[in-house]
Amino acid sequence: MSEMQYVTIFARFERFWHWMQALLVLALLFTGARMHGIIETPAWTLSFMLHLIAAGLIILLWIFAIFWHFTTGAWKHYIPTFHNLIPVIRYYAYGIFKGEPHPAKPTLHRKHNPLQALSYLVLKLVINPAIWVTGILYLTVNLTGLNLRSVAWAHVMAAYAMALFVVVHVYMATTGSTPVAYIKAMVTGKEWVVVDEPTK
Amino acid sequence: MLRPLLHAGLVLALATAAYGQSEAPGTGSANENVETSASVTEPLQSTIPKVTADHAKFKKLQGPFASASDVTKACLTCHNEAGKQVTQSIHWTWETHNPTTGQTLGKKTVLNSFCGNLATNETRCTSCHAGYGWTETKSFDFKDETKVDCLACHDTMGEYIKWPTDAGHPLYTPKNQSTRMEPYAEALVVKEPDGTFTHLPPDLAKIAANVGRPRRDNCGNCHFFGGGGDNVKHGDLSTALLNPSPHVDVHMSPQGANMVCVDCHVGDGHEWPGSRYQGTLFNTSPKRAGMRNTNVLACNSCHTSEPHAKLSLRGAKLNDHTDRVACQTCHIPEFAKGGVATKTWWDWSTAGKLKEGKPYAEEDEKGRHTYLSIKGNFEWDEDVIPDYAFWNGRVDYTLLGDKIDPTGIVGINQIGGGADIPGSVIFPFKRMRGKQAYDAINNYLIQSNVYGPEGDTALWSNYNWDKALAAGMAASDVPYSGKYGFVETEMWWPTTHMVAPANEALKCGSCHAKDGRLAKVAGVYIPGRDGFAMTDRVGLILLSLALVGIAVHTGLRILTRRNNKGE
Repeated sequence: MSEMQYVTIFARFERFWHWMQALLVLALLFTGARMHGIIETPAWTLSFMLHLIAAGLIILLWIFAIFWHFTTGAWKHYIPTFHNLIPVIRYYAYGIFKGEPHPAKPTLHRKHNPLQALSYLVLKLVINPAIWVTGILYLTVNLTGLNLRSVAWAHVMAAYAMALFVVVHVYMATTGSTPVAYIKAMVTGKEWVVVDEPTK
Repeated sequence: MLRPLLHAGLVLALATAAYGQSEAPGTGSANENVETSASVTEPLQSTIPKVTADHAKFKKLQGPFASASDVTKACLTCHNEAGKQVTQSIHWTWETHNPTTGQTLGKKTVLNSFCGNLATNETRCTSCHAGYGWTETKSFDFKDETKVDCLACHDTMGEYIKWPTDAGHPLYTPKNQSTRMEPYAEALVVKEPDGTFTHLPPDLAKIAANVGRPRRDNCGNCHFFGGGGDNVKHGDLSTALLNPSPHVDVHMSPQGANMVCVDCHVGDGHEWPGSRYQGTLFNTSPKRAGMRNTNVLACNSCHTSEPHAKLSLRGAKLNDHTDRVACQTCHIPEFAKGGVATKTWWDWSTAGKLKEGKPYAEEDEKGRHTYLSIKGNFEWDEDVIPDYAFWNGRVDYTLLGDKIDPTGIVGINQIGGGADIPGSVIFPFKRMRGKQAYDAINNYLIQSNVYGPEGDTALWSNYNWDKALAAGMAASDVPYSGKYGFVETEMWWPTTHMVAPANEALKCGSCHAKDGRLAKVAGVYIPGRDGFAMTDRVGLILLSLALVGIAVHTGLRILTRRNNKGE
């Protein structure tokens, strides 16, 4: 049996990145929904300004985060794996209701379960780039002469994908040993992990 | 001291304006000017510019003058090109050729939804002609320079008013009547003990001795009163512009730029840019504020096409709009401001009703006519939100004899342009509506004889449509069946005056909204107004399903936890 230890698995920058991103993404979703006409406050002009400021900050944050992931090697956590994927899916669909233990325990080299790693990879490689690229095209539509409606559509599509991610992600954060266990880990950075498992 | 001088160099067009009191905004730091880059130049002091001749000292101008035309003769002895210039201008010919549509337009020709037509009504209409004696189109000598009216535009005393029913002449003898004429100089109206008003003739010699550059009242005496009363016609041109607050007109307000009409409508050889027969929406030449080509009149003639602060995201995004949205759309949120309403509906079909054989009037609570036996029913509106449409400057008129469809609303003019037509921008309009006479057999609009104290045909004297229409049409080459009806009409009047201060401009949400100002403008995607029916539906359904799934999952977790614990 592997030994479990309560150690820091989310570095200080990682936690800052996560919560900053959470704040900015929510701000972007709300102001975006306002400008798209789904909700009616705050004022359009204010929403536009907040949206652009948040977009600028999140792009800056992403640039730092990408740099951080490569310099620390943390990007390896997101390499997709099918090992344990099916049991994890089975766990969320069934085992969780039976009080079964989670089939994937975080390790220092694999702090995410395989389903989680896969969804974050999709976020980082598909949704995030789609948001920024379409967002920048939207902002500069007068310079490029692209069709405004098409660019707007692409950005809105990406935004729905982001919104879906956020909803599911927030819910999944409550599925730890207690509803706030994962959230607490994301605040303190500390988690019970398997420390002596050999590197794969 | 230096800054005003530098600016003066930039504002060649406005070179006659004097710069003075430094109380006004714009004399602050350079940064302030960047912030409010919509402000073009230093505020103008519209004092009467110094001229190089004192007209009072010219013997020829000392009078006495038997008629206003004699003043003109005196003017022409020195200004020997002016007569030729004026007689070639639209102020005199009332005729213009539109090369885009091929139509011949001008007051001489067009029909409108106000008093209708010039033919057979000349003596009344030509009270706003830049000349004297046009009582009948076929006999008036359009080459006679001595009939040019110099004083209407160049009187600086505010006392020269053309009498409404004298074919362009002012009064030469006192005239007493029961109502006070508007406009008429306060100093020349005597209120009699019996409640009547005596209008004194203007002193032509005094006015001739004080001629100068046109002021706002010179233009306004006609252009503010088009359609038969203050602001009746345009909606954005009224006596409110004589001394407007910045809210009413930031350019013309003494607390704003204090500009007069000819500061923008810069004349050259007695011709002026600015026409609603053919709109100029862009001036492509200026790259720097104030470097204007005076032959073309558009907002960007002075303001450039990137008038908002380029270095801010907001300014840059506002500048992005200028290819699709006219400046006027955001910067004239309402017209007919300053307490002077405009006529929005004129139903001629009800004209001619009499009470006990006499014409009568009805008024609303604000004292505005809602019915006149001579003119029919009216509606008025103040602080009007414009109608918006794409426009490329083209205007097609429905002229006398042009076929109409009397089952629909007839456009007396139609504006050109559209979302997919290059050079079109969303523009604000006053949409004048009403009912007018048409030939019920031949299906075209017809003209009527409304004015004429003598004879038995004029509607305003005899209240008989049959005779008024027959006489109106007899003056044309177009046949008239003798059977008439009334058809609903609309006429599009571009709104371009009464620009509000920048802080009163429309906000993003005024148009980026489902039921916003541009709700009816088709053919363009407006974020916030237009969603994506399918994508939004699918997106929101997926989000809802996710939430339902979460609710179910949560519920099961809670239930099973109890069970698991219970075991």
